[in-house]
Formats: sequence, structure tokens, C-alpha cells
Amino acid sequence: MKPMVTLAALGAAAIALAAVSGADASRYDQYLRPAKAPEPADNIGNPARVELGKTLFFDPRLSGSNWISCATCHNPSRGWSDGLPTGVGHGMQVLKRATPSLINCGFNTTLMWDGRAPNLEEQALGPIAAAAEMNQDLPGLVSKLSAIQGYPKLFNAAYPGEGISEKTIGKAIAAYERTILSGESPFDRWRKGDARAVDAAAKRGFEVFEGKGKCVKCHEGFNFTDNGFHNIGVKEPNGEVDVGRFAQRALRVNYGAFRTPSLRDVALTAPYMHNGAYATLEEVVEHYDRGGDVTEHLSPNMSPLGLTAGEKSDLVAFMKSLTGKQLVVTLPHLPN
Amino acid sequence: MIRLIAAAAVLAALPASATEVEVAQKNKKFSTTAVKAKVGDTLVFRNDDPFFHNIFSLSDTQSFDLGSYPQGESRKVVLKKEGTLEIECAIHPDMKLKVQVEK
Repeated sequence: MKPMVTLAALGAAAIALAAVSGADASRYDQYLRPAKAPEPADNIGNPARVELGKTLFFDPRLSGSNWISCATCHNPSRGWSDGLPTGVGHGMQVLKRATPSLINCGFNTTLMWDGRAPNLEEQALGPIAAAAEMNQDLPGLVSKLSAIQGYPKLFNAAYPGEGISEKTIGKAIAAYERTILSGESPFDRWRKGDARAVDAAAKRGFEVFEGKGKCVKCHEGFNFTDNGFHNIGVKEPNGEVDVGRFAQRALRVNYGAFRTPSLRDVALTAPYMHNGAYATLEEVVEHYDRGGDVTEHLSPNMSPLGLTAGEKSDLVAFMKSLTGKQLVVTLPHLPN
Repeated sequence: MIRLIAAAAVLAALPASATEVEVAQKNKKFSTTAVKAKVGDTLVFRNDDPFFHNIFSLSDTQSFDLGSYPQGESRKVVLKKEGTLEIECAIHPDMKLKVQVEK
């Protein structure tokens, strides 16, 4: 019976694909999200690991103040970000950079705006230990969690024999974060063959995205990112300097360059840019149409676009069509 | 005149078998992930993508930054020392190339 179901499913998929012309079908392939994010061999996700990671993610005791959790800034109700221009950390300190959304973060080949974390396991520990963010020293966190009845059991179920350590804390949070995936969007349904899934403006906007707007040069593939670093000429507030990627790789081209963010669910993750400079997608499009503002170290890929008012609003309509079905998140009961 | 003499001196210093090894950049990938070459050989990086690449090495063996260059252009680097070079694109760090340089 099972093979028949599979064949029937394949048949349905074939019919759906037939609705799209051959050229369009292959054009869509690059926009298909893989079912799972890649995982390191020593941290293959399973329900116990994801459950532990989720519990840690929502537990404010991961901070020195016992008041800030990962979810405080990476709020699932706000596109896994915080809706603020830049993050707010320990003692209500206003941080210099925007809180990146976690949607599809498991596919990122580097993490953070400047790419300083090579994987989610390491990244997860960074903000916990950072004095300006969660301000929790990691050895102290291991002691704290070990003393909370309920955590040893959860760790043992997730990582038998590995105990509660900085490493298993990072691994568990990473295992959970890999489950934060974008859902099917109107754009996806359109590219699969449902011509009515998006309106004409979004369809025209996609043409601008791939053509005159040059957006696809960096926002490519299913996750709409090249995992690359570009200086797109965003102004810093009050004449401040943020060298971005240059601090990690001291090369001229990296000065003021930041990681290309995904555009999946982008309508949910305002404000935009590494410093939250723009409140709306319309302002973002205007920025690119101007060819950026700061010309020093500007990426050579940037230049004025000469978009018409219609092309600009079409581009925004296209980006809004990337809002997918939202993950339903149930809050964990934290161990006491 | 001085330049010509300098060029002649460089040529004389190169092994007789020095060759050019071309590595293309297409679809944000190098055309190969590993290359074996000899001291004195020239690596030629050709950009076949419709956007800029910026090839560099920060390896102890030999460091260089070839700067940003567009589609259709190439940048060259002469291999000066025996050892391993880890080469990347600064703009697209997923592009990685290992070069083993032998005497």
C-alpha cells in the first residue's frame, strides 16, 4: 500500500510541475527549500535534543540577570527578531547592531552580521557570554543549570553521557534553532504552478528582483542569500564607524561589509539593515535605487538603479509574497 | 630600462617549467577545490560570474589580496614559496580553494 501512496504523491507532484513550463520549472528549483537544515555529525537533531534546546532558548536563567532569554530578542512573534532598530541587552543597553532573524538560520554558512561564528553551536554561546547582551559567564551557567532540578534529566536524555557543559548547551540550542524553518509562501505556491497565489504586482516585482534591480546577485537561492558580505553604503548613526566583516578578515573589500540576510519572511522582520536604519521595505528599495549613501568602500556591485515608482512598489509586493505559513510555537514549561 | 632589467631578473629566477594554472569562478564556486602547483607557477583567477569576486590568501605561506574584479577579468599571482595556501573569495567565503605548492 505504501508504494502506491508514494506513486500517487509523485503523480500529483508531476501534475503540479506540468502546470509550469519546463523552463520555469527549472527556474523554480533553486527556490525550493531543502526539507532540513544541514547538521554536524556530532549533533544530529532528535526530539530530546530539540526539546532541551527549546527549553534553554526560552529560559531567562541563561542570562546573568535571570531576566533575558534568547527569545527576548529572537521573539517568534516578531519574525524571530525584536522589531527594534538595534538589540537591547543587559541592563537595557542599546546595542550597535540589529537582532538578526533566526528564520532558516540553520542554512547559514556563517553566523552574525560579521560572520564571526562558524556554526550555530558556537554562535549560541556568544550572546549568552557577551557582557552587553546576556552577561552570563559560561562556567557559571553550567553550575546554575546543574542545580536546577529537571535539567540534568533533560540533558541526559538529549546527550547521554555528555553531561551539562558549555558544549551540550550550545549543541542543544543549535538543534532547536535548526527547526526554525520558513513555511510555504504565496511565492512558493506561484512558482509551483498556482498562478493565482500572488498578484500581478508581485510577479512583476520578481522580474525586477531578478533583472533591473540586480537583487538576485546577492539575495539568491531558496534562502535569498549568498552567505556573502557586502558594503551596501548604509549610513551609521551619528557618524559612528562599524567596520563589519573587516574585523574578522582584514581585507579592503570587507570594510563596512555585512552578511546578506535572508529575505524569507522579510515583511515580518522590520526594521532593516545591520543597524536598523530603515523602518520599511519601501525605504530599503529607495536605498538600493540611490545606489547606497556612503560611497567609501562601497561594493562595486552597487550602482543607482533608476527604478520607476511602479517597479519600486512591485519589488515590495514581491518581497511581501515571501511571507510563509508561520511555525506554531508552544512555550515550554521550564524546569524548577 | 630599469623595469626591463627587473623583469629579466624575475624571469631568470623562475624555474624553466613555470606554468600558468587557471582557476575559474563560476556560480560562486571555484572550478576546482584543490590545486597542486610549483614554486614559480602563476595562478590565474578568471571571473565568469556577472558580479565581482575578490580572491585572497591570508595563509602564512603566502598572503595576497587580488582586489575586486568583474566578469570577464582575471587576476594573477605568482607562487613564491613551498607550502599550503588556503584561498577564498572575501565577498563569498563559501568559495574555498586549497593550493599545494611544491618546489
